[in-house]
Amino acid sequence: MDRDVVIVGGGPAGLAAAVECSRQGADVLVIDQNDLPGGQLFKQLHKFFGSKAHSAGIRGMDIGRTLLRECEENGVEVWLSSTVIGIYDSNLIAIVRETAAGKDFIRIRARKILLASGGTEKAISFPGWTLPGVMGAGCAQTMINVNRVLPGKRVLMVGSGNVGLIVGYQLMQAGADLAGIVEIAPKIGGYGVHAAKIRRAGVPFYLCHTVIAAGERDGEVCSALIGEVDAVTRKIIPGSEKLLDVDTICIAAGLRPLSKLARLMGLKHVFVPALGGWMPEHDGNMQSSNEDVFVAGDIAGVEEANTAMDEGRLAGIAMAHALGYMDDASFRKAGDEIRKRLESLRLGPFGKARFDAKSQFMGRC
Amino acid sequence: MDHPILGEDSRRKTVTIMVDGKPYPAYEGSTIAASLLDNGIRINRYTVHRHEPRGIFCGIGQCTDCVMVVDGMPNVRTCITRVRDGMDIRTQNKEER
Ligand code: FES
Repeated sequence: MDRDVVIVGGGPAGLAAAVECSRQGADVLVIDQNDLPGGQLFKQLHKFFGSKAHSAGIRGMDIGRTLLRECEENGVEVWLSSTVIGIYDSNLIAIVRETAAGKDFIRIRARKILLASGGTEKAISFPGWTLPGVMGAGCAQTMINVNRVLPGKRVLMVGSGNVGLIVGYQLMQAGADLAGIVEIAPKIGGYGVHAAKIRRAGVPFYLCHTVIAAGERDGEVCSALIGEVDAVTRKIIPGSEKLLDVDTICIAAGLRPLSKLARLMGLKHVFVPALGGWMPEHDGNMQSSNEDVFVAGDIAGVEEANTAMDEGRLAGIAMAHALGYMDDASFRKAGDEIRKRLESLRLGPFGKARFDAKSQFMGRC
Repeated sequence: MDHPILGEDSRRKTVTIMVDGKPYPAYEGSTIAASLLDNGIRINRYTVHRHEPRGIFCGIGQCTDCVMVVDGMPNVRTCITRVRDGMDIRTQNKEER
């Protein structure tokens, strides 16, 4: 079976790319291992920030619905419960597809490939971190907002970046008791508005603190021992330890690009701490070191859903152009528009570091 | 669970799953891991060598900490597998070897 474009991952980047690329006339197949599309959009109940052009004030789940409708309108085919297990020479993609009838092994040759496999949560380790009840903040968010079940009754959040703050607040919304937010840095990492909502609810922020260990009862978490760290040495200050009565510890230590497939394919990688670590190198059109392979979204550096969608759109038109569905002039014009929008997204205290990181390594390729 | 943004939870527990031989009610269409949490079960498996308990960690099919034996098949990621009426779910490596 041959396809113009195969997109691995049906989250914001993959779906936005699919819409843009099929709009130009390409035949596009999206493959996702989950049985529902949208990636992590449907657990994002909060309203997005940014300008009008960037769906500010709209909830992640509603953005997901719009993208899915646009895919349908443009004839994008989406295979769910389908996992890409390898990509070989001459763009041969091996897929295990699960349907009601059973598992199928399918090979597809694609003219262009977009890897939009997203990111994965980073962990931090401490004695007891593997106990049931310790989990990623994103995991807890999936449980409350998608599965509608509480991961525990009393939760400690570790990390005060936007994920920690938003998920902490959403845990309270869902009816859990937030025992506190621990942050090793001397100040809160995320937006002030999110932090203020939590503070108003009387939840303590433990700045310059870290988790020393999780306590165990019957094989599960029953407490968290935290302590204050010396700002310079980051060692625990003796006597500062506190035992918190919690049954759940959520870790919000950031994300890293999920680039297993990119690694398997031997794409050139770069290490960019501001974007989560190792990631496939790419240019301003999201093209990787392999001219047939594009990357977009968190795999190309961890940012957020808005930037992921715009990167997806860039990749979408770049693939359409490379396949002859778009002429040079309209490709350049559309690309410049998206890049300008992306630039405005990477403003402000949080975007700036990512903007600098992106432009720095893009300048190198 | 009812929710200020998601609204009232109108799902009904119409499915029965068997966990280590005992019946538990579950929402149709929910994942195994979520149904277990809902019934207060947080240990999904034990590690092979040190027999340490593990539960959900990523919730989206990436870490494999939540795997269980489902209808006789080991290593099933329960956070991305949905329940079915009568499903036989077992704690993986429950007995120490
Ligand atoms: S919790 Fe990570 S794979 Fe299920």
